[in-house]
Amino acid sequence: MKILLALLALLAPAAAFAAGDVSLSSKVLVEHVKPGPDGKPVTVREAPTVVTPGEKLVFVLSYKNQGAAPATGFTLTNPIPDSVAFAGTEDKDAVVSVDGGKSWGALAALKVVQADGTSRPATATDVTHIRWSFAKPIAAGTGGELSFRATVE
Amino acid sequence: MLYPGRKAKSSVLCRNASFAAMAAASSFALAGPADAAGTPAGTSISNVATATYDLPGGGQDEIVSNTVVMKVDELLDVSVAWGDPADVATSAGRTGQVLKFSVTNGGNGPEAFTLGTIANGGGDDFDPGVTSIVLDSNNNGAYDAGVDTAYVAGSNDPLLQPDQSITVFVLASIPGTAADGNRGRVDLTAVAATGSGAPGTSFAGKGEGGVDAIAGATGADGEDDGYYKVARASVSFVKSASVAGPFGGSSSAPGAIVTYTLAATVTGSGSLANLRVSDPVPAGTTYVAGTITLDGAALTDAADADAGRFTGSAIAVALGNAPAGASYTVTFKVKID
Repeated sequence: MKILLALLALLAPAAAFAAGDVSLSSKVLVEHVKPGPDGKPVTVREAPTVVTPGEKLVFVLSYKNQGAAPATGFTLTNPIPDSVAFAGTEDKDAVVSVDGGKSWGALAALKVVQADGTSRPATATDVTHIRWSFAKPIAAGTGGELSFRATVE
Repeated sequence: MLYPGRKAKSSVLCRNASFAAMAAASSFALAGPADAAGTPAGTSISNVATATYDLPGGGQDEIVSNTVVMKVDELLDVSVAWGDPADVATSAGRTGQVLKFSVTNGGNGPEAFTLGTIANGGGDDFDPGVTSIVLDSNNNGAYDAGVDTAYVAGSNDPLLQPDQSITVFVLASIPGTAADGNRGRVDLTAVAATGSGAPGTSFAGKGEGGVDAIAGATGADGEDDGYYKVARASVSFVKSASVAGPFGGSSSAPGAIVTYTLAATVTGSGSLANLRVSDPVPAGTTYVAGTITLDGAALTDAADADAGRFTGSAIAVALGNAPAGASYTVTFKVKID
């Protein structure tokens, strides 16, 4: 409960960060598997009350164009926080970086250079940043949500 | 390998580097999370995103989201594992018999654990009498009487860092009534001092640095069973005689040679220490010098390095440590006076 209150306190001033016409806010949810109405397990996303190693987090980023004109060239970047391991995204247009934001691409196309100089295919836990670059403008008055998953290490 | 702003990830990537390198990079040594236990309790996880977009009049605007901060709660987990490779062999009536266990903090914060034993849990043949729990204070994995520290609940509950283990010994007496092959079980229990309960049970504000503490998959209550097994060996003797008469045949006339055969068989389990066979030379006969054999091999009469001797009135053969299942045949000859 304490954490929930802390989150609310942090979310409240989100609007104050908005500059120009596009606003951006972030929040975090946890995924739990619970019995659904028909008895089958369903995955629900809820505000985190307890965060322990292994917890599956969903970071949700909300954007909205509050101006009168379309916003073009929108690019959103989120470094993966310390102490969590990237665990994928359902937003297919995302690209990731495994070298601190120097190079970007689909995870399957990236490699990690190892201590001995050889390289190996990158895995989700190597991801350091995630980025979305919008090909289409954000129409005036519209917005949306992007999200990625991460597991507490 | 070192990515700016990605300290934790960097430390993960260089975890295979030598310890010397880890020590040199002191910030990594501090940041490196424990392998199994995960991110230490009390660690802050913060997330912030940035976005850029084109401004109508040229140039770009950069916007920064709010920062979401969470603190990692303390997971309470403990495991206990019996460390002896097999049942600890013992015998009835012995005291100070040692079982070895390890207790491991599977949580992500430093935690003290309360230890206890259960000796009457059933599933065995007798209840060992637990006399003490001893902490392996010199950390050598072996029980050292008078060196290792006796455990007193609430007084020296072992404080373990995440992933740290301690070896714990249980000392018990074996009832005098325990029979050969009987097993006796002792469970060692370890319970997180902060609290225990069904997985998910929460202890608000009781975790490291004031975060919540949560009982993990083990319920913060671990135990494992250790066993003693009583080995009780016994020996049976069969003695037989054959006579060679002085003129052939088997008449027991004076001058006849009698060959005595002593067959010793060890049964049960375990072994008999310093088993010794002796047999007096019967009245009216004289021992024939140099006729003692053990399993067909001749032994000397002198009290020397070999196992046999003639004392002047009896023969004796020292069989040493005789394991269950072994059998021995001793022969010697006397002459009827």
